[in-house]
Amino acid sequence: MSDRIMGGIGLALAAFYIWAATIIPESFMADVVGPATFPIIIGVIIAICSIWFILRPDPEPVWPSLNRLAEIGFAIAVCLLYAILLPKLGFLICTALAASYMSWRLGGTPVGAVLTGVGLSIGIWVVFKLVLGLSLAVGPLGI
Amino acid sequence: MEFLSSLGVGFDAALTFSNLGIALLGAFLGTMMGALPGLGPANGVAILIPIAFSIGLGPLPSLILMTSVYYGAMYGGRISSILLNIPGDEPAMMTCLDGYPMARKGMAGEALSLSGIASFIGAIAATFGLALLAPQLVKIALLFGPAEYFALFTIAFATLGGISSTNQAKAAFAAAFGLSIAMIGVDTQTGVQRFTFGEVHLFDGIDFLIAIVGLFALSEVFVFLEHRGSEGNKEESIGKIGRIVAPWSMIRSCIPTFGRSTIIGFLSGVLPGAGASLGSFLSYSVEKQIVDPNSKTFGKGDPRGVAAPEVGNNAAAGGALVPMLALGVPGSGTTAVLLAVLLSLNITPGPLLFSQNPDVVWGLIAALFIANVMLLILNIPLVGLFSRVLLVPIHILMPLVAMVSFVGIYGISGSSFDLVLMVLFGVVGWLFRKLDIPLVPIILGILLGNEMEVNLRRAMTLSDGDWLTLVGSPLAITLWVLAIIGFVAPMVFGRKVKKAIAEESDEIAVGD
Repeated sequence: MSDRIMGGIGLALAAFYIWAATIIPESFMADVVGPATFPIIIGVIIAICSIWFILRPDPEPVWPSLNRLAEIGFAIAVCLLYAILLPKLGFLICTALAASYMSWRLGGTPVGAVLTGVGLSIGIWVVFKLVLGLSLAVGPLGI
Repeated sequence: MEFLSSLGVGFDAALTFSNLGIALLGAFLGTMMGALPGLGPANGVAILIPIAFSIGLGPLPSLILMTSVYYGAMYGGRISSILLNIPGDEPAMMTCLDGYPMARKGMAGEALSLSGIASFIGAIAATFGLALLAPQLVKIALLFGPAEYFALFTIAFATLGGISSTNQAKAAFAAAFGLSIAMIGVDTQTGVQRFTFGEVHLFDGIDFLIAIVGLFALSEVFVFLEHRGSEGNKEESIGKIGRIVAPWSMIRSCIPTFGRSTIIGFLSGVLPGAGASLGSFLSYSVEKQIVDPNSKTFGKGDPRGVAAPEVGNNAAAGGALVPMLALGVPGSGTTAVLLAVLLSLNITPGPLLFSQNPDVVWGLIAALFIANVMLLILNIPLVGLFSRVLLVPIHILMPLVAMVSFVGIYGISGSSFDLVLMVLFGVVGWLFRKLDIPLVPIILGILLGNEMEVNLRRAMTLSDGDWLTLVGSPLAITLWVLAIIGFVAPMVFGRKVKKAIAEESDEIAVGD
């Protein structure tokens, strides 16, 4: 069933992609093939593969329990929040929070997880910012 | 010998004090990454590319760093195979078969040092093979026009699913998905926007580094979250390593093995769609057929059973670089990531690279030699230290991987948009892994997509719109036939090969 759903999503994706290819604007520097042909070929391949998924699905993969799915969902949410909040809160705070959360969810004790998070945050900051000179997001503390 | 003088130039460029330091660092990091289960060569290199890029490392030092990490991970994979019976990465799977039994007999140190030497021999021989074979392949590649290149790219995609692929539709889907992502952004030929929908961040297209780090590194974090606490019956770890020098008599008994496995491994590396995993599998099976057809000692801790797969996978790793450098078409996942390294340094591999940037090519080959010597020196005495790395708990390791991934991607552009995109790629990577859709073709699609389209359009412009030009020369027809064979063969043999590999490894990998 999973493969069939994937096939359905793939078909929708292919249709959307081919439609988006047809609205690519004309250019004054047109060549024989044009900018839309190759994308349309790709869209057709995606569609054919998706139909194949629907007709001949593989055996069902082992999906995790609902708890675990929620676990992964939360981790994804944390990653997205991290990505969005990074410019506002700065590297040190964001990384300490996100790393603590992950460490806790991956089996660390709450105290250990906080220590891991803070330690990783400072450690990465020292190595990449101070030693290697990479630019990391600056937070309200000015560092 | 022409190639010796070229190699001399390469060594000249590569042998500086700072480069040697970088090689040492890369070899060290790579071995650790290879040793840690869940962090293979592809992930390791993927995380490091944006960082090397952001700190402004020059082309040659970056290449030296990445190749050291690449080979280091190949060396490191065997450590957890031997000590824990858990392969550190996929190609190290076969090393479990005899390595772990050897360790249980109290010969862990011997197994580790023998496999270190085996890795060295395989890798060095393959690097010589690369230096000799790649320039020959370049001579053929110079005959290629746009139509032939288009066919060549098709071969790369058609064979990437690999001989052990069971569902070619999924491999094709992944390749097309990657290609579709490559199309986003400004069309290089006409300058019009494609698939950007007015989003400024998409005008330059999606950086392949974002996709690679998301698909490979971040999705690994989700996989670990999914399986947390379910490993259960862990094999007992071998605490005592013992003496870390293999006796000469043991090494001598393995010399014929070294020879045979090098050749098998190198060839399976060069051929598209095989790669290091198949290299180690074939080396082991052939060795078993020749030395021990009745299964008397193999699987019970035979040193030759440790040597063969290690020589095989390292020779294959070197062999896989031949098509990548000479044609610009990688044949395996890790070489696809190495291609990404080159592209992010603005170096386009292919026949022209050999004539226009010989210093890069030969510098790279010299870097491979340096990395291997470094690894041999590093691995024999420090193997005890590396084996302790295995004790780093997952709840420290995986947050570190995730955070370093974010740091690297943020370093490229400093935009939230790219980070969000990376997380989405991580989710897609996790979903695709569940559905058994391979991730490597996606990467290759993103890397090669534009080049492939440019060649198609160039060929069509030359022929004035006649599609038959794509099969207009004997060379092109040959390439198309190869592509079709490469795509169809796994449908016939795929299940067989996969079953054989699974059966071999089932004998030991009870916990997996």
